[in-house]
Amino acid sequence: MDTAVTVRGLRKRYGATVAVDDVSFDVAEGEIFGLLGPNGSGKTTTVECLQGLRRPDEGTLSVFGFDPRTEPAQVRRVVGSQLQDSALPERLKVWEALRLFSVISPGGPPWERLLDEWGLTGRRNTAFGDLSGGQRQRLFIALALISEPRLVVLDEMTTGLDPAARRVAWDLVAAVRERGTTVVLVTHFMDEAQRLCDRLAVLLDGHVVARGTTAELIASQHRSSVVRFTAPAGADLGFLPLVAGVKEVPPEHGGEVTIVGDGPLLARVAHALVDRGIEPENLRVELPTLEDAYLALTTTTTPMIEVES
Amino acid sequence: MRALGEMTWVELKLFAREPLTVLFVLVLPVVILYVLNGVFGSQPPDPTVWEGFGAVDFYTSSYVALVAGTVGVLSIPVHLAGYREQGVLRRFRASAISPTTLVGAHVVVATLTATVGAVLLSTAAILGYDATPPRDWPGLIAAFLLVALAFGALGALLGFVLPTARAAQGLGVLLFFVFMMLGGAGPPREVLPTAMARIGDAIPVTYAGDLMRGPWLGKEWDLTAAAIMLGLLLASAILTMWRLRSEESM
Repeated sequence: MDTAVTVRGLRKRYGATVAVDDVSFDVAEGEIFGLLGPNGSGKTTTVECLQGLRRPDEGTLSVFGFDPRTEPAQVRRVVGSQLQDSALPERLKVWEALRLFSVISPGGPPWERLLDEWGLTGRRNTAFGDLSGGQRQRLFIALALISEPRLVVLDEMTTGLDPAARRVAWDLVAAVRERGTTVVLVTHFMDEAQRLCDRLAVLLDGHVVARGTTAELIASQHRSSVVRFTAPAGADLGFLPLVAGVKEVPPEHGGEVTIVGDGPLLARVAHALVDRGIEPENLRVELPTLEDAYLALTTTTTPMIEVES
Repeated sequence: MRALGEMTWVELKLFAREPLTVLFVLVLPVVILYVLNGVFGSQPPDPTVWEGFGAVDFYTSSYVALVAGTVGVLSIPVHLAGYREQGVLRRFRASAISPTTLVGAHVVVATLTATVGAVLLSTAAILGYDATPPRDWPGLIAAFLLVALAFGALGALLGFVLPTARAAQGLGVLLFFVFMMLGGAGPPREVLPTAMARIGDAIPVTYAGDLMRGPWLGKEWDLTAAAIMLGLLLASAILTMWRLRSEESM
């Protein structure tokens, strides 16, 4: 797969504050790449440098072969963006916004089609100030796509949305990728990243502390999984610590048995139980989530983890 | 060029949807002209006030200057500062709308609006109160354009320097009243106390009125006023460019 974005050794400071310190990553064409990290970790500054909205102090950047520093006009032609804390004039109507942006960034489909595609036809004559949060996001995404860009940057697009609107926004991002557009997604919601991102980088205090696919990141932090079930009355469970892969069986709590281990733990435990005629109905495995891995990464000081193959 | 045209058209519509600025720019001057004419209109020309002109003749040109000044110090800065505050400016920049295009659109809209206000006001004054019709049309149009562009550029500068729309509105309304009371559109300069007359000498709207009275009333051009308006235009344009450049390189 071709590389859409290359960032090498990016540094940016504001006065005495170092916002981004030696950040490097690649984004492959056609993937959804996530930039994760707590507030103030340098995510937004990084994508703003990518879009030529800020001038980096050091480092090399390339967006489809264009340098945002020296060729900002070319970069903006291939990048569509949804910016954090951005807005449109309160009294600008939906159709006027689409028309204006299509004139300014020509090359895309007729704007009327985007109105349809993003479910804004009914809001055609509504002023930006009167749109709901979800409708604004849809308009922003439609505007980001107006020139058929090859890369779309979405910066905290679901912040401030209610759960239902977030789901809708996720479907929209997936739909953008279906069109073959590369997506850089900046977020601090782990469920969002886990669901959408093919690969991601975690930023902390301006550094990349981890990079890789979601599964790789989780595996790098949590090798164990946990199996739980409710023990039938009088069952002898003394065999459990001997099952392959089991590392620990903590004392049970109100009939709830917990088994910590690695490998295909659920299958092995289930096999052992069924062998002995024990068939608990709520046997289940709890896999570590991206959120667990993220918290482990961002709350302890760990050295850079390189999990990419 | 197409971007500038589209942007101008959109901004023009947005301006028309903003009741406050429409009120200040198009309605209020006509109302005040009506009141002042009721008070002073019947007085014969008096050599000790209004530079010896009739009250209506003097005030009409002053109010045309005031309209252009109001667009500049009130409507443009409120719009632009609001854009920066809400992130509209960032949104535009990310979509390759340069701030220069935006400023250009605003100055065009400001000039058009000021023209509408000026035509409204002078028509009311000429038809309703027997004000003298312009003597030198091309000269008056040139003088008016210089005035409108200079105030437009000043407005762009204020819009990019002031931090919030609220600050811009506060300063804009304050300047509007100072312009109106002390810049030739209020009590005659000749009867103002010295300190206030000095303030009047320091504000650009005074010179804008002086500049337009020349061609309007068929007297000599006020070259000092022309130089001051030209200076205001150039200084504002250069400072705005400088301000935008320092922002771009952040």
